[in-house]
Amino acid sequence: MGISKSFPGVRALDDVHIDLRHGEVLALVGENGAGKSTLMKLLAGIYQPDAGTMELEGAPMSPAGPRQANELGISVIHQEFHLMPDLTVAQNIFIGREPRRASLIRDDELERRAGLLFERLGIPLDPRQPVSHLSVAGQQMVEIAKALSFDARVLIMDEPTAALTETEVATLFRIVRDFVSPRTGVIYVSHRMEEVKEISDRITVLRDGHYVDTMPTAETATRQVIAAMVGRQLEVGVRPDPAAPDPAEREVVLSVRGLTTRKLLKDVSFDLHRGEILGFAGLMGAGRTEVARAIIGADRSTGVVEVKGKRVAVRNPADAVRNGIGYLSEDRKRYGLLLDQDVVRNVMLSSLPGMTRAGFVRDLDGRRVARQMVDQLAIRTPSVTQTTKNLSGGNQQKVVLAKWLVRDCDVLIVDEPTRGIDVGAKDEIYGLLTSLAAQGKSIIVISSELPEVLRLADRIVVMCEGRITGTLANADATQHDIMELATRFGADHLITTGDAE
Amino acid sequence: MTTKTTATKRTPTRFGNRQQLQQILAFAGLVVIFGFFSFASPYFLDWANVKGILLATAVTGIMALGATFVIATGGIDLSVGTGMTLCSVMTGVFLANLGLPLVVGVLGGLAVGALIGLLNGLNVSYLRLPPFIATLAMMMVAQGLSLVISGTKPIYFSDVAGFDELAGGELIPGLPNAVLIFFAAAAIAGVVLSKTLTGRYALSIGSNEEATAISGVDVRRWKVVIYVVAGLFTGLAGVVMASRLNSAQPGLGLGYELEAIAAVVIGGTSLRGGKATILGTVIGALIMATLTNGLRIMSIPQEWQKVAVGIVIVLAVYADILRRGKEA
Repeated sequence: MGISKSFPGVRALDDVHIDLRHGEVLALVGENGAGKSTLMKLLAGIYQPDAGTMELEGAPMSPAGPRQANELGISVIHQEFHLMPDLTVAQNIFIGREPRRASLIRDDELERRAGLLFERLGIPLDPRQPVSHLSVAGQQMVEIAKALSFDARVLIMDEPTAALTETEVATLFRIVRDFVSPRTGVIYVSHRMEEVKEISDRITVLRDGHYVDTMPTAETATRQVIAAMVGRQLEVGVRPDPAAPDPAEREVVLSVRGLTTRKLLKDVSFDLHRGEILGFAGLMGAGRTEVARAIIGADRSTGVVEVKGKRVAVRNPADAVRNGIGYLSEDRKRYGLLLDQDVVRNVMLSSLPGMTRAGFVRDLDGRRVARQMVDQLAIRTPSVTQTTKNLSGGNQQKVVLAKWLVRDCDVLIVDEPTRGIDVGAKDEIYGLLTSLAAQGKSIIVISSELPEVLRLADRIVVMCEGRITGTLANADATQHDIMELATRFGADHLITTGDAE
Repeated sequence: MTTKTTATKRTPTRFGNRQQLQQILAFAGLVVIFGFFSFASPYFLDWANVKGILLATAVTGIMALGATFVIATGGIDLSVGTGMTLCSVMTGVFLANLGLPLVVGVLGGLAVGALIGLLNGLNVSYLRLPPFIATLAMMMVAQGLSLVISGTKPIYFSDVAGFDELAGGELIPGLPNAVLIFFAAAAIAGVVLSKTLTGRYALSIGSNEEATAISGVDVRRWKVVIYVVAGLFTGLAGVVMASRLNSAQPGLGLGYELEAIAAVVIGGTSLRGGKATILGTVIGALIMATLTNGLRIMSIPQEWQKVAVGIVIVLAVYADILRRGKEA
């Protein structure tokens, strides 16, 4: 009973079959573009299959929409949040099913029910808070609570831990385990092998829209799973030999002194050398992204920024780019891409003034450059005129990276460069950043995944609560050292670690 | 993650040029409307009538060209109607009252348009007013100023030699200059929108303003430039209007902005920004004028003409939504 789904020019799923048993957590893994999200959307009734059937407890099932899927007992937690920021937590959870009396909404009852739900799930949230006041993790918890507020028999989660810290992940896993009973099951979509190993009973692997294999988690090594996903052996987390001479001995390209913002940053100072990859580690909310945004002038700050020894005034990102500083945001959909425009336009966006003749944009050059980038970065797209919203996450990230490569900035700040990207694409991006540094570019890598920082960085700056608490050379840094510095001020949550130790 | 590429390479013609399809659709609509009226009324295809349609398109069309740039950024420009009037009146002041040379007066009219755009742009960019509010305010200011400056009376250009020839003359016999000016302006607008930084950034800002800013584009400055470009078209519309009427009518203009916006929307430009074509706007403006003209020829009362235009707007935008839904 293979299931298939095509999009214009793209066959997203081809004869895929999965089965979820009562009382189990089934992990669904695969590279970006493997078809996990499409499969989920079929189950959730967002898409309809072109061929194939679905059954729920032996009865044929074909939800015509998300609402009907909910009524059948299928609840989905999507990677992207679907919350109304100005409504309260309780209003969000019960949207569309508000308790009413004489057609007036009973907010007290709404809040009471949300409170009960949180109590049952052990989530410490105030139902009356507007969602916009919550952290990303808090919003994730609201999504989970909303999904579980239906009488769900099947819970589907897409990368639920992408934005969570370790303690929050532990809370999530507890909720998942509580949920699983002889009449329920969970489909857990994730890139994080460590979590998959911890939470799942069986693992189903998809690749390129095809079904590959289903394996019992307990009897399967992580390497086997990854091999099935990418179809080749993959070394994760091995750092290439450090460059010689030591980049930290070379001239300083970017010097930051006393960077301070009203909200968070206090006296942040560091140097970035030519050809160096400088890692920024820290817990969520430590201020790493804020440092980047202050440097590029996206947020206001005080302090001195020097590029190649000259003090520069950076009032906005345009000034930053003019001074050779590019920033690749952690949120590529919001700050990275023109989603409804094609690859060419996205790749050219930062470099347009240099690509004009007599005031006219040279589109042919842009197209040629875009093709070159597609080849160089192995961007998987039918053509350079493909709209970027139709690309997978990893390929979108490569398009954003291509934009900065075309601009040829001396300093590149990459914020969570591999977030939501599969291991194969991750490895490609690591290789790319390393080779850029070898060509003399200076790179700041902000990452929540310690193995990623250790894999890439020559030196590691650790931040905690808006300050730099230490700078380590990679050679003597361990995850333990970084963690210690990252929690120097006694923060109560821990960093998320990846699967390499 | 929703898509996966197949090995086959796709040619750009089928998928990449959705905007062409959009224009073909709008153009087909225009042909249908044209066909219907020429069937319904023997006078419709008369050259004098077709000329009338083109003339009626010219002023709204020029305003719509400017509005297309602002709408491409995801903004809206409500000031093009009364702004056009203010430009007419100021052209009258320059030429009829002050007796300045013709060229200076015309350039002065354009400059007033640019100034309106500049103020709109500064208000939107640096005071961070929503475009709707900034241009609504400008709409009122321009209307008020037109009446104050003219003393609520029309300014006549009877003593300004050659001014009425600007739009009313026929460089190409049989075709009024106003129509030529409209098509020339459309050609320029088309090149600016698709081939220059101004146009490219307008579409980028409309697609994703934050990403455009992070990419190193000085969004605030470029928005001002875009509003100034829109203002220049407003100025041109004002001059053409004044020349056609051989007078500046301070009471006119209110409501023209909505017709201009309607033309842009019928042409397939998205009010959310990021998608816009000049050809679409030209076709949209032609559809509006053809419809009004045809209904009038069929002796349908003016009140009902408005109803018909409203229905056409709904149909046009709904057709666009349907088509997009299929492609998504």
